[in-house]
Amino acid sequence: MASLELRGLAKSFGAQVVLDGIDLTVADGEMLVIVGASGCGKSTLLRLVAGLEQPSRGEVILDGRDITDRDPAERDIAMVFQNYALYPHMSVFQNMAFGLKIRGLPQADIRRRVGAAAEMLGLGDLLTRKPRALSGGQRQRVAMGRAIVREPKLFLFDEPLSNLDAKLRVQMRADIRRLQRRFAITSLYVTHDQVEAMTLGDRLVVMREGRAAQVATPMEVFARPADTYVAGFIGAPAMNFLPARLTAGGHGAALAAGPAILFADGPRPGPEGRGLTIGIRPEHVQLDPAGMAFAVDLVEPLGSETLVHGRLADGEGLVVKIAGQAPPGEALRVALPPAQLHVFDAGNGTRLEPETATVGPLAGLAVTG
Amino acid sequence: MRTRTDWLAHAVLGLGVVLFAFPVWLIFAGATQDAGAINRGDISLLPRLSHLGIFLSVLRNGDGANPTPIWHMLMISAGMALGIAIGKIVISLLSAYAVVFFRFPFRMLAFWTIFITLMLPVEVRIIPTYAVMADFHMINSFAGLTVPLLASATATLLLRQVFLAIPDELVEAARMDGAGPVRFLVSILIPVSAANLAALFVILFVYGWNQYLWPLLVATDPRLDTIVIGIVQLIDTGFTLTPWNTMMAMAVLAIIPPVIVVVAMQRWFVKGLTEVEK
Repeated sequence: MASLELRGLAKSFGAQVVLDGIDLTVADGEMLVIVGASGCGKSTLLRLVAGLEQPSRGEVILDGRDITDRDPAERDIAMVFQNYALYPHMSVFQNMAFGLKIRGLPQADIRRRVGAAAEMLGLGDLLTRKPRALSGGQRQRVAMGRAIVREPKLFLFDEPLSNLDAKLRVQMRADIRRLQRRFAITSLYVTHDQVEAMTLGDRLVVMREGRAAQVATPMEVFARPADTYVAGFIGAPAMNFLPARLTAGGHGAALAAGPAILFADGPRPGPEGRGLTIGIRPEHVQLDPAGMAFAVDLVEPLGSETLVHGRLADGEGLVVKIAGQAPPGEALRVALPPAQLHVFDAGNGTRLEPETATVGPLAGLAVTG
Repeated sequence: MRTRTDWLAHAVLGLGVVLFAFPVWLIFAGATQDAGAINRGDISLLPRLSHLGIFLSVLRNGDGANPTPIWHMLMISAGMALGIAIGKIVISLLSAYAVVFFRFPFRMLAFWTIFITLMLPVEVRIIPTYAVMADFHMINSFAGLTVPLLASATATLLLRQVFLAIPDELVEAARMDGAGPVRFLVSILIPVSAANLAALFVILFVYGWNQYLWPLLVATDPRLDTIVIGIVQLIDTGFTLTPWNTMMAMAVLAIIPPVIVVVAMQRWFVKGLTEVEK
């Protein structure tokens, strides 16, 4: 196993820029999940690392060596594909052994490695079967096995669970994580599924239009999303966004829907009236008899909780997640707890941190120095 | 309802079988009868069992007009058909492989050049082809029979479609596993398209077997006569009576090898023409 480093990796197809300079490091044994909507360049990134495409710019460094110009076969990287890409005419054993055979490993070694991997993946009884006689989950595990037996420096996963049904997906997700932890396999995992991203990743890369919008641990991404895109992408149902303006001194936000809210964690920079976007997750909105008017137009009971869709006084849509059942009636009142607010710039959508936390101490130093 | 449609389906099928099988049966029955009787139009639908030996004697001794025995003609036909089928498959396999999986300058030009030859079957280019063969001293040789028929746009196009349907991920998985071009061709591509290759083989074998015009032209030596040529040579030239019974016996013998090929590869043949999943 080894660490991976990407330096300014970029890829264009003709005039279309797919990847716009990605810098990234994956530590030894780390599982880095790349998540993003379709077309954000995440698959292209994976294919550049695999060597299936050549980057327009930038370098791929694996284990301290520049492998940018190397053939996929010479990179010591294994990949698990979305549709498994098993060789249809080969048995499970032959599928797993193919890469080893090409590398000229002795028969005994091949048998030992494939046997061990098959045992670990619960494929021991299926070695003579052809892929078409396997279920989706079994095919998936063969694809994993084919990668594992190679004992590569780096694993690439290209949406490996998206062809499975929901139940199997949860199970395979846990299996992949267990395997990855147990063998400390350095991995890059691409997915569009935020739940997969949150549960599997040591760190996440949220991609948008060929750039990394945020690189952080899953909880960090969830708690402090770098911009409105990331905030809206991670978390289900998605975060609510409300237009607002900065109040005098930067201590609070006046919502277009009415009330002003004081920030719990300190003032934001900018002149009074600066356009803001206030984000709040549906589960953080509270029912409060003293709160804003909220006209309900749809109630979705999910069993243990209920999603209530509706509008605020200014017509802005809001989704509220309530534990248990929703109270009856079309007119509710809601409050936005200041501690749970996310503040973004209305123009470019970037997160605005409180001034005191970051700028304050430094500004103080500057004065005394 | 169900039984009625079944009945109808069987009736239609039965009619089809009769339509296709009747001429074959007529040839078979006719072969055992008297040439004179057939010439008068007195052909019986019942074979004369006492004359079944005609098949064996024709096979061994020839038809009387041509010194070459029929088994020899069958061998020439089989050799020619096999040569054409295998040669065409090898050539078109490689050219389709190149066109689909490799990026090289003038790739599409090469492809379209192959495509255009569809409009130039043997019959159209027969005189220039004959001239080329004559310059190469390949007239009256086995190579002369087969080589001009080898280049095949049809097979190349068909295999190109088959290869295009192979998922990119399979190709990429093989690349990641370290398979080079030759290994990929031999270990992945050929086995994966085996059913299509088998279907192609059957079609091309029958095509080769039925060749008439080119063998007639290029091989005047009786030792290179194919069975199709041999049959036609017996047709009444004005001086002699056409020995219809002998001709029919030869026709029956000429049908057998293609039938064997089709029946032996039937399972693959159907799969290759209908299979969608890769």
